[in-house]
Amino acid sequence: MAERWTMHPQRPVGIIGYGSYVPMYRLPNTEISRIWGSGDEGGPIKEKAVAGLDEDTITISIEAARNALSRAGIDPEDIRAVWVGSESHPYAVKPSSTVVAEAIGTSPFHLAADLEFACKAGTEALQAAIGLVGAGMAEYAMAIGADTAQGRPGDALEYTAACGGTAFIVGPAEEALAILRGSLSFVSDTPDFWRRAYQHYPSHGGRFTGEPAYFHHIQSAADALMGEMGLEAKDFTYAIFHQPNVKFPQRVGKRLGFTKEQLEPGLISNIIGNTYAGAAITGFSATLDIAKPGDRILMVSFGSGAGSDASVWEVTEALEERRHKAPLVADYIARRVEIDYGLYVRYRSKILVK
Amino acid sequence: MREVAIIGIGQTPVREHWPISLRHLALEASLNALHDANIERVDAVYVGNMMSGEITGQEHLGALLADSLGQTGAEALKVEAACASGSAAFRVGMMAVASGMNDLVLVTGVEKMTDTSGRETTAALAMAADAEYEVAQGVSFVSLNALLMRRYMYEYGWERKDFANFVVTAHSNGMNNPNAMFHMKVTPEQYARCATIADPVGLLDASPVCDGAAAVILAPAEYARTLSPAPIRVRGSGIATAPVAVHDRKDPLALEAARLSAKRAYDMAKVKPQDISFFELHDAFTIMSALSLEASGFAERGQGVRLALDGEITLQGRLPIATMGGLKSRGHPVGATGMYQIVETVLQLRGLAGKNQLPNARLGMVQNIGGSGATIITTILEAMS
Amino acid sequence: MEGKVAHDWRLRGQRYRLEGEECPHCKAKIFPPRDICPECKRPAKEPYRLSGRGEVYTFSTLNSAPEGFENYTPYTVALVKLEEGPMITAQLTDVAPEDVRIGMPVEMVTRKLRAQGDEGTIIYGYKFRPTGLGHAH
Repeated sequence: MAERWTMHPQRPVGIIGYGSYVPMYRLPNTEISRIWGSGDEGGPIKEKAVAGLDEDTITISIEAARNALSRAGIDPEDIRAVWVGSESHPYAVKPSSTVVAEAIGTSPFHLAADLEFACKAGTEALQAAIGLVGAGMAEYAMAIGADTAQGRPGDALEYTAACGGTAFIVGPAEEALAILRGSLSFVSDTPDFWRRAYQHYPSHGGRFTGEPAYFHHIQSAADALMGEMGLEAKDFTYAIFHQPNVKFPQRVGKRLGFTKEQLEPGLISNIIGNTYAGAAITGFSATLDIAKPGDRILMVSFGSGAGSDASVWEVTEALEERRHKAPLVADYIARRVEIDYGLYVRYRSKILVK
Repeated sequence: MREVAIIGIGQTPVREHWPISLRHLALEASLNALHDANIERVDAVYVGNMMSGEITGQEHLGALLADSLGQTGAEALKVEAACASGSAAFRVGMMAVASGMNDLVLVTGVEKMTDTSGRETTAALAMAADAEYEVAQGVSFVSLNALLMRRYMYEYGWERKDFANFVVTAHSNGMNNPNAMFHMKVTPEQYARCATIADPVGLLDASPVCDGAAAVILAPAEYARTLSPAPIRVRGSGIATAPVAVHDRKDPLALEAARLSAKRAYDMAKVKPQDISFFELHDAFTIMSALSLEASGFAERGQGVRLALDGEITLQGRLPIATMGGLKSRGHPVGATGMYQIVETVLQLRGLAGKNQLPNARLGMVQNIGGSGATIITTILEAMS
Repeated sequence: MEGKVAHDWRLRGQRYRLEGEECPHCKAKIFPPRDICPECKRPAKEPYRLSGRGEVYTFSTLNSAPEGFENYTPYTVALVKLEEGPMITAQLTDVAPEDVRIGMPVEMVTRKLRAQGDEGTIIYGYKFRPTGLGHAH
């Protein structure tokens, strides 16, 4: 198949540093069903990560960014863009990205913006960073996806809406620990999930979020990219799909021909929940934590509204030198403090103190 | 430099004075002092106060009090040094008389703390600490003392219960002071069981939020006897500072400003710690009592608590402290506290301390601490025989 | 509270990145910046970024918070002795009060200090947490 939709930068680029952050508090699903009755209990989602009282998308982004910087080993002043994708930016107006950039010590001469596209805002930021570095306009650009997602109390979303995020520093391929081989985006106007202005909790279309939204966009993006690049599922070592739960990524993986083993390292929604803009990329980060040079990895995000970003990566020798310069996703997962629904309600500001 | 004497004292009871305003508290104590000195007019008014701006929305207390007293036109100033504001105003008054610039001076310490909510008052008190590097981090004034107390216990091996006698003694002494906020005994068991505010500091380690005012009239010692039947001489006075933030102090447990101010007061009075009959120290928190005793030369480093454990600080002990209840039981209306300490010391030296009268009160020492130890003022008083 | 925006903005380098100073004369590291070396008392304005590694010198857990911090109780404040020498007052985070010990190694993280009501700015700054997360050196 001739390449029509696949995008390639003018010069080869890759990820030169990556880093994640997952808050330490965990809400077991049994706690939600204890309060709200039957739900997802007994299902594959065991618990979700919950941010502490002093955490938000900005603080999550800062720690992920610092981890990415530790692995990249570059001077933060050489970063020319900081883009933060999230649906839970602490301010409605005022960028998260400027706080993150200031905290990691970039030069003021950089692009900064917040992106919003539900759960694919992080990969949208990554696509933009690829473009900027790939065009030669910048040596390095930082892309972050992070969220402190809220689910309406008692809603099915409450079992999964979680907190966490991942940052990437995109740079020239020769410095990369994973080189980009191609990417594309597939979007349409599909209202499967939304949150109106000034509303605290999102709304969703129930079963409409499945086939016409999640599956259609991920499969279309993955089919197009793999097809145009002449790759099949068996040509990949690992694949990561957006993970609003466990079932969806497993099913879409199977439809696309991937095995459980290929999905396994990057499928972590069963233990940290759905970190929204952080979900696919934190799965990718967890996969990089165990990948070997030469491994080929597919990542396909999904954001409601709706769209998918698909990308193909090849791991280099540099990964093994840099991996341990920052905590692994597994380290954050292991740092676990279980909370009950009462504390959860307090931590997630579901009660008004004043 | 002229010698300075106290020729009159006045105070209000320390209470939650719901019906009485800041200006009327100051007025009442001042009028009492003027009456006690049997004079009507002064050359200058110095007001010690910390929080009137925050709590009452009123600054410019010098002019306010002078006018309230019917002495419009007098020189008048507010003096602020956090919880040491009272002694700071006293120091300014003393300097004014000593220098010969003024002859008769009124010094009034006043604090109205109950016109705001507890949280607002707590926030106002925290202004004694470093706003940008302590308070902005969520530190309360209580917790600064807790930080010191924990480290003290860690370094010297004390437990919280070892501090109990500071509280027991103060409350026992306060029983006989009609002006004290509390008239209740506290047992070591009650101290051990009390609610924790900022561990290891419990409710009973801390002094209460309250209102009050206390005042003195100063005059040159050479005329004092003609003005008063029982003048009290200011033998020594020393003021010293340390970094406002605890973290900026080289040795946070040393209370260096207390050491320096005490040394300056001892040098001026030409006395030594062992010459002091009793010590009105700044027991805003139990840890401050221990640190103050050590820095002032009454105990070795880390052994201030020992004086309490051994009963040395009671009215019958070697070095009575808080003889009228101290900050713990009389109360700690912050900017007035230094003046209460001085007024109570005068009562002891005049032999008018009632049931708490010490038999051989000759040299009384007062130490007033601002913030967590950034401004410390030590004053040594003596009856003019 | 909105009026205090400049006050917090001015401190962002210190709060986000622990930007202090180094004395050009005696090489003492200084935090917070004070422009006069606390060791040798000479002018010291060379910017110096501290590592954020240190240990707990003392600590206290607050059950009653000052205005603006009510939402966070109970929380633990500490004096942290930084490895470069300066002592710093800060909250500890991601640690249960009963697990804190004097001498415990800690590292700086950037967290929300407080929000100025529902309409004001959100203040971010340094806090410290126990070190030893994962394999990071």
